[in-house]
Amino acid sequence: MSDHDYKIPEDCHYTESDEWLRVDGATVRIGITDYAQSELNDIVFVELPERGTQLEAGRTFGVVESVKAVSDLIAPIAGEVVEIHSKLSEHPEWLNEDPYGRGWIIAITPEDIDELDRLLSAAEYRAHVKARSGK
Amino acid sequence: MSAADPAVGLRRTPLWSRHVEAGARMVAFAGFDMPVVYSSILDEHRSVRTRAGVFDVSHMGEVRLRGPDTLALAQRLFTNDVAGTGLGRVRYGLLCLESGGVVDDVTLYRTGERELLFCVNASNVAADLAWLREVHAKSGLDCAIVDESDATGLLAVQGPEALAIVARLAPAGAKPPKRWHFAHAELAGIPVLLSRTGYTGEDGYEIFAPAERTVALWDALRKAGGDALALAGLGARDTLRTEMAYPLYGHELDRDHDPVEAGLERFVAFGRGFIGEPALRRHEALGGPSRKLVGLVLEGRQVARPGFRILTPDGDGVVTSGTFGPSVDGAIALGYVPAKFAAGAKLHVEIRGKSVPCKVVSTPFYKRG
Repeated sequence: MSDHDYKIPEDCHYTESDEWLRVDGATVRIGITDYAQSELNDIVFVELPERGTQLEAGRTFGVVESVKAVSDLIAPIAGEVVEIHSKLSEHPEWLNEDPYGRGWIIAITPEDIDELDRLLSAAEYRAHVKARSGK
Repeated sequence: MSAADPAVGLRRTPLWSRHVEAGARMVAFAGFDMPVVYSSILDEHRSVRTRAGVFDVSHMGEVRLRGPDTLALAQRLFTNDVAGTGLGRVRYGLLCLESGGVVDDVTLYRTGERELLFCVNASNVAADLAWLREVHAKSGLDCAIVDESDATGLLAVQGPEALAIVARLAPAGAKPPKRWHFAHAELAGIPVLLSRTGYTGEDGYEIFAPAERTVALWDALRKAGGDALALAGLGARDTLRTEMAYPLYGHELDRDHDPVEAGLERFVAFGRGFIGEPALRRHEALGGPSRKLVGLVLEGRQVARPGFRILTPDGDGVVTSGTFGPSVDGAIALGYVPAKFAAGAKLHVEIRGKSVPCKVVSTPFYKRG
């Protein structure tokens, strides 16, 4: 495998299905992790939900598709979609290039912000990645 | 190619350690642990289209036929014209069952007056050998069938700069073989069969080398190519061949589809008495096959994966290959549809419950310039 370490910023919460969440004022931004984009390789398509969609925790809210694979996006917590990153339709490669920055996917207002505490910390997610990738 | 890895039961080509050292993502393919991508499928694809790339395809099989009746046996087995394949020439064709169904798609190398070499799909080596031996046994023809797969490494060097890179390893003044020709040559002191063929739509070579010299050849090529020669994995190999609408066995071809349905008539030399010919001729009497392999361009960038339904007013078709085509900048697919839908027809592909519009187009998808 390649010799770089996956980026796992301390200021995010994580899911076992490789989404990240970052609190940004009253909203929470969601994207996929560096490990996820690396596993998928070149991403060519992102299917986004509509603004106003009510997300249920554990439900699929979109799809990320690469040359070789397709992966569901799973809502980590409940909330309303208040922003979608529509430029990703034109620039799906941003998910590969900058998964925690320009590659953000949606922003939601959570039903219950405390739900974030159920998610993985950076350290816990690092262990989760390591268990699967061996590093 | 050979050595088994007892831990996972996957076989390794001679270049396995080179791939791992290069950081390749490895996947199981046809029983081998193979590099699918080193860095980025899109980058590797574009490198092959614009400069050059090298692929390890040592997993592919090589079967030699040798003996006084070699040509007669090959003509029974192979849909294309064997007798017309002169010494030093390569032909693509199919091995068919009596039903016309495809046992494998192969290249035939006319290596001698009484000898030839089939290069076959890795996934089919055992099935091909069984079929060749069965036909041979019934024929009473005098011909030996030798599996050289484990003893042979195979590299593909493809792209506009491929010839120049390989020329650096050849003796001064050595002439490159013409397209669809091959030569016994020496590269970096290694005896090879240098074939001006490929599976990418680009100019270049497929180079057969002794298994134990394949690592040395790889290293020499990388040194000669420098930055102009990208390592390319099976992922890019698949996007490149899909843009060219080249079939892949197990996707477009299998024992339930025949070469006429797959649109490969130009590789079928009728009138030569190969196995399956009467079945293929039957299409003619019926006014053509009822289903045909077509190329599809999809609206948007969603990828139609193998097995997805193609919706037509005359019943469902099925996607056999689909990808994002980096050089055509869009989602493309191959699939079987009722034969009446020719280029221009507007259909739909069902992708995760949604009906995505697509158009039947003439292939290849990628046309240079």
